[in-house]
Amino acid sequence: MTKPEEIDWGQLEAIIDKHRGESWALIPLLQDIQETFGYIPEESIETIAEALNLFASQVQGVISFYAGLSLKPKGKYVIKACRGTACHVKGGRSILRYMKKELGLDEGETSPDYKFTLETVACLGACFLAPAMMVNRAYFGKLSPPKVTSILAEYGKKKGED
Amino acid sequence: MGRINRDQLNEIKSRGKGIIDIRLGKTLVDGEKHLMIGGGTACHASRSEPVRDAIKKEIKKRGLSQRCKVIETGNDSFATLAPVMVIYPEGVYYVHLTPDDVDDIVSQHLIDGKLVERLLYKDATDNDKPIPRMMDIPYFSNQTLITLRNLTLIDPENIDDAIYRDAYQGAAKALIDITTEEIINQVKISGIRGRGGAGFPTGMKWQFAAQAEGDIKYVLCNADEGDPGAFMDRSVLEADPHAVLEGMIIAAKAINAHQGYIYCRAEYPLAIKRLTIAIEQARRYGLLGKDILGSGFDFDLEIYQGAGAFVCGEETALMISIEGKRGMPRPRPPFPAQEGLWKKPTVLNNVETLANIPQIILNGGQWYAAIGTERSKGTKVFALAGKVINSGLVEVPMGMPLKNIVYDIGGGIPENKQLKAVQIGGPSGGCIPSDLLDTVTDYEAITGTGAIMGSGGMVVMDEDNCMVDIARFFMEFCQEESCGKCTPCREGTKRMLEIVTKITEGRGEIDDIATLEELADMVKDSSLCGLGQTAPNPVLSTIRHFRDEYEAHIKDKRCPAHVCKALITYIIVEEKCPGCGKCKRVCPVEAITGEKKVVHKIDPEKCIKCGACIASCKFDAIEVV
Ligand SMILES: Cc1cc2nc3c(=O)[nH]c(=O)nc-3n(C[C@H](O)[C@H](O)[C@H](O)COP(=O)(O)O)c2cc1C
Ligand code: SF4
Ligand code: FES
Repeated sequence: MTKPEEIDWGQLEAIIDKHRGESWALIPLLQDIQETFGYIPEESIETIAEALNLFASQVQGVISFYAGLSLKPKGKYVIKACRGTACHVKGGRSILRYMKKELGLDEGETSPDYKFTLETVACLGACFLAPAMMVNRAYFGKLSPPKVTSILAEYGKKKGED
Repeated sequence: MGRINRDQLNEIKSRGKGIIDIRLGKTLVDGEKHLMIGGGTACHASRSEPVRDAIKKEIKKRGLSQRCKVIETGNDSFATLAPVMVIYPEGVYYVHLTPDDVDDIVSQHLIDGKLVERLLYKDATDNDKPIPRMMDIPYFSNQTLITLRNLTLIDPENIDDAIYRDAYQGAAKALIDITTEEIINQVKISGIRGRGGAGFPTGMKWQFAAQAEGDIKYVLCNADEGDPGAFMDRSVLEADPHAVLEGMIIAAKAINAHQGYIYCRAEYPLAIKRLTIAIEQARRYGLLGKDILGSGFDFDLEIYQGAGAFVCGEETALMISIEGKRGMPRPRPPFPAQEGLWKKPTVLNNVETLANIPQIILNGGQWYAAIGTERSKGTKVFALAGKVINSGLVEVPMGMPLKNIVYDIGGGIPENKQLKAVQIGGPSGGCIPSDLLDTVTDYEAITGTGAIMGSGGMVVMDEDNCMVDIARFFMEFCQEESCGKCTPCREGTKRMLEIVTKITEGRGEIDDIATLEELADMVKDSSLCGLGQTAPNPVLSTIRHFRDEYEAHIKDKRCPAHVCKALITYIIVEEKCPGCGKCKRVCPVEAITGEKKVVHKIDPEKCIKCGACIASCKFDAIEVV
């Protein structure tokens, strides 16, 4: 993930240029930016709207509608805690409560040092591992509070440190 | 090879006969072995890739590459056992593999021809008896594989493997041998109904779009799979992407469309990767693009990635989303068959529906219609999860009792607990209680219990699950995912969630049940799209079958299953606590106090009920009451 101050505006412009004039390509364009930088910088909305002949409010509206698009930069490690059915029936909610305390983060929050972001998702599709979570692209399953602690420790979160 | 015609397609197929015969256990060629290692998302999540790499390396090192082939399949069917491997021709199944097991597999199995007993599946219901062959394991022997027929047999990233197994034969027949009327007729005869949830007859849907006026039409594949607890479509795409492409080609021919889109959720990177490879390979063979198989018919398709909105799985919202806008459903009519994507006649089908089409065309509608019940034909894939011993993908003929799925295939409930309910149909579905477990998988029979067949999520719940909590869980999901376009859904789900939440917090009143039922009727009857129209189902079905649990929360302020947070307390049983201090250290909120070697205490005001203490206590001294 790129921190806000490190955005390469040239690269961002290049992504926008690829889709110039194609108003139907708004979502793929936004996904492209999201994928590259980890979020969509607020400052780019005007430029995107212009390039695609849309209103800025239309671009804004699409970003806020889709959960996969975000105006907020995320942490280096994005933790996705599953709150799907299979995880829920196996105690996923208690695990989430524990995780929030351990990280000192609420759902959707990012730590001030941009190290961790805590998100919840409707199902990771790894229901047989329930309760499950992902850290970036790695899956972790059959979670218990001690297991959560040791996984977070792997990513450099020591207990008691915020 | 570049673009191919039908004869060349058949040539490739016949070239692969020997290979497929080995995998089907039919021939034994000079000790040739095919090691089919599972490589779907479930296997990858269980670290199958290091095992794959280690075995490839070891085989090479020992100079066995000529005789032993390692092939990564999309198989993650029996997910509980992942990573897994099937060795053909003998069909021996090794489970829970790690890179450390590779040595034994190579030296014992491949070189000495002896089973590696410790890696075999052990049947817990039969004194842990090892079962060497995959097809003798009850989990598999009780299934009927049609949609998932290639699960362990092909490399999904190799189009030739798929062709060896008849891929594109159905398309060839549809494009060259029979008329479009006959395609639609065969699909109608097969009786197949949409597997995406609603169960609409596919043949009829195609006929409407075929009859619609217009030169430009579209075929879309719904791979949004948003229901929590469902991953059937993902597995089909990961294991056999060509079946879906071929289904789309046949649909395109039937309605005369030349462009298609696969709307796949972005959360499925492996499925997208394999689809992308499949599309490239199909284009190279001229199975997509202009003049497919020399038939004169043109069709091509693209993948469109979803951006994370559950409601975009709904057909009109999906099309609006492809057009680049906020994916909110619109009223029907006009139906997509008349006015769909870009206002052109459009057919949208689910992944699983499409994956069945090639075999229906190849073998005839009658063949498919011979499987199943009177009104539900063929097989259905379920994602079995929750409180069940064997979790994973399960494909069964329509008409199988739920009991058989849970016990014969699923192996029953872990830890000798009592089954309470089976939830099917996800947020649009309902909970089928244990005394109705004879209900068979048939659209109408399941609807009769207050649930719906849905897309295939099947979550088993036991005595430790609270049905009011489950109702709250789904209500919350629907409320969050409601797009907000229409008031009954937006406001109704919010009101319903408030009431159910109040009940789970012990603040419910006895009239609340009736209020919920009234609201439910209103939301069902007046919402615009399927999300709102089905959102009340989980609440209604739990009220219908588990009214006593609602009453316990309301009248006695008690959660019988000890789940609802506001109605439970964590306590330390004095007689059992030696004061070791472990719980005190793990509690994230410092709710536990006590000197060393003295009984500890939990402060109920501070306790967040996360269960960390219970997980850490070696003396079973902490209880939830
Ligand atoms: C809120 C909502 C979400 C849906 N999500 C999906 C989905 O993820 N996948 C799917 O195939 N169908 C989904 N559907 C059903 C589709 O609208 C549509 O009926 C289906 O894709 C048609 O294909 P079929 O006839 O082959 O089932 C959803 C419907 C609603 C109302
Ligand atoms: S029923 Fe709900 S999800 Fe569907 S259109 Fe209305 S508000 Fe949106
Ligand atoms: S419900 Fe958690 S991974 Fe599916």
